[in-house]
Formats: sequence, C-alpha cells, structure tokens
Amino acid sequence: MCKTCKENPVIIIQGNKPLCKGCFMKYFEKKVFWTIRQYNLIDKKDIIAVGVSGGKDSLTLLYLLNKVLTPQKTKFFGLLIDEGIKGYRNITIEDAKKFCKENGIELKIISYKKEFGNTLDEMLKQKKINACALCGVLRRYLINKYARKYGATKIATGHNLDDEAQSILMNQLKGNMAFSAKLGPKTGVLTHDQFIPRIKPLYFLTEKETTTFSKLKNLPVTFIECPNHKDSFRDEVGKMLSNLEAKYPGTKQSVVNSLLQVLPSLAKQFKGQKIGTCKKCKEPAAKDLCKVCELLKR
Amino acid sequence: MKLDVFIERENKKEKVELPEGSTLKDLLTKLKINPVTVVISKNGEVVAEIAKIKDKDKIELLSVVSGG
Repeated sequence: MCKTCKENPVIIIQGNKPLCKGCFMKYFEKKVFWTIRQYNLIDKKDIIAVGVSGGKDSLTLLYLLNKVLTPQKTKFFGLLIDEGIKGYRNITIEDAKKFCKENGIELKIISYKKEFGNTLDEMLKQKKINACALCGVLRRYLINKYARKYGATKIATGHNLDDEAQSILMNQLKGNMAFSAKLGPKTGVLTHDQFIPRIKPLYFLTEKETTTFSKLKNLPVTFIECPNHKDSFRDEVGKMLSNLEAKYPGTKQSVVNSLLQVLPSLAKQFKGQKIGTCKKCKEPAAKDLCKVCELLKR
Repeated sequence: MKLDVFIERENKKEKVELPEGSTLKDLLTKLKINPVTVVISKNGEVVAEIAKIKDKDKIELLSVVSGG
C-alpha cells in the first residue's frame, strides 16, 4: 500500500517507500522544484536552452520546465542535436517535435551532417573509435555552441541520478578526478566566456522514477535504446550500480552524496586548469585545438 | 498460474508459470530481471513489483535504460 494514502502503489521510490500514482507525481515534481531552488539553478531573467533528445528524461524535463518557467515568463527553447543514428534518433526526433508542437515550445534542431559533413553512423564506418566517446564530445560542443548562438544563459539537461552516479564511478575507475570536479547539479570548475553554464534539474531522481513519470504522464516517448549504448563502459557501470542498488537500496544516492561532499574541495583543486580558445574553430579548448577539431582532424 | 509477459528490451513475448499467490517480484526473479531496471505494467496499469498477480494477467516490462 502507498506509504502516504494507502492506495495501490505504482513504484517503490528511494528509501524503500511504496507510492501510489498521485503521491508519486507530487513527490517527483516537488523534488525537481526543490533542486532548482536549493541549487539556484534558474534565475527569472535567464534564457534556458533545454537539451532535448526526445527520450523520457528530456521530455520530462521539458514538461516540468514548461510548467515552472511559463508562468514566471522565463524564456526557454528546446535544442536537439541530430547525430544521425538510424533507427534511433530519427524516431525520438519525431517524439520531440510532437511534444513541442502540442505545447507551443520552440525547438531548434542542429545536425552532425550539416555541421560536420557526416552523420555519426557515417563517421563510425570511417573511424575505429568508441561511439559514445566521439558522440559525447560532438554533442557537448554543438549544444554549447548553439545555445550561445541563440542567446541562452543556461543549458538544462535531463541528466538523472543514475547518469550522475555512473559518471562519478567511471571517472573514479579511470582515475579522471578532474572530470568529476565538473559534475554536480550545476556546472563545475571550468570557466570561459564562451561556455554556457549547465544545470541538471532531474539530478536527484532515478532513471526508474523518470521513466515512471513519463509513462504516467503519457508523454509521447518511444522507449528505445541507443544502439551504441549497449556494451559501452557506461552500460557496464550502470548494470553494476543497478545490481548493487537492488541488493543495497540507496547505493546510487550514496555515490552522488559522496561526490557532493567533496565537490567544493575538488573544485578548488582543479580551478587552476586554464581553458583557452581553439585555433581553428574559436570554441573553448584545453589545448591549441579543441577536442572536436582534434578528433575530426579538420 | 500462467502469465503472458512482454519484455520490451528484448522485444519478446514469454509465457511464464508461477505458483498461486506470487508477486511481480517473484516473476522478475524467475526471469532474472533486476526490478531497478524496469517499469512494470499489469493489464495496462503501472504497478510496483510488490503487487500480486493472478492467472492470465498481462504483464509488460519496460526497460528504464535508454542511453543518449
């Protein structure tokens, strides 16, 4: 029975609490709005570029931001990166378009093909490279570049508790603590006048909770998995964390809490890292060339 | 009791037999699926894994993993 009102539960949330549909929806929205307030994620005068993939996380985020930002007249728009992944992105793009049209939200679409000359599928045929490593770099580059171009002051992404716990553990396992200094509900240590700060309003909600919310809200989501995600390092770490979560509930939250405890000292330690400007494309870069120009040899 | 189960991630339908009085958690254990990784729908309604199941219930297991 639901812990609060004794109705039939739809989910057992973090802390082993069964909740019915009504109580779960209230819990979910309350947690998102609390995160926004607690971490000062959004100012009324901000212009928010919402990173949209058309999946459950980004459409849930867009739904909730529409609910909170429209009444307070804060400007926002959807920004979708079309990597060109056949059988996946072409489907989720249609979901994003449908949702934005129904809710009167502006959606801007930027494609790898137009920007880089090739789709991700074509690039992977030409290069022997890990798909997620390449795609992550290209996507972050385009999101930052176009959010800035369209006047955004913040980029909101649909990253959830699972994504964050996975990133923390992946960085730990690979010894990349400097990367962990960039995590948290809002942008970490790196500053550059071309960088748009990032915020993660779904930060404290699990992947199961966002999936349940999107399903119960009947958001137009096609539940499909990126074909490149299977067997990736992130997928392996994600499975390991979910196995631990089932055995020891609260594991994912503990991983994230442990980062939040040390984040101020991590940020202090890695603050000296200088970010320059790419000699070729003039976007932010840690070296002479940014990662995109280096990877694509352009 | 006999159940029709649709596993979305593998896009496959399975017929599963379980003892009377079983719960969805028992079903997931039998199928070796981690409850953390799926949203369960029983006869079209989203339910928690503690729900009891009965003969001829239609179960759908929706993977929460999307990636990207």
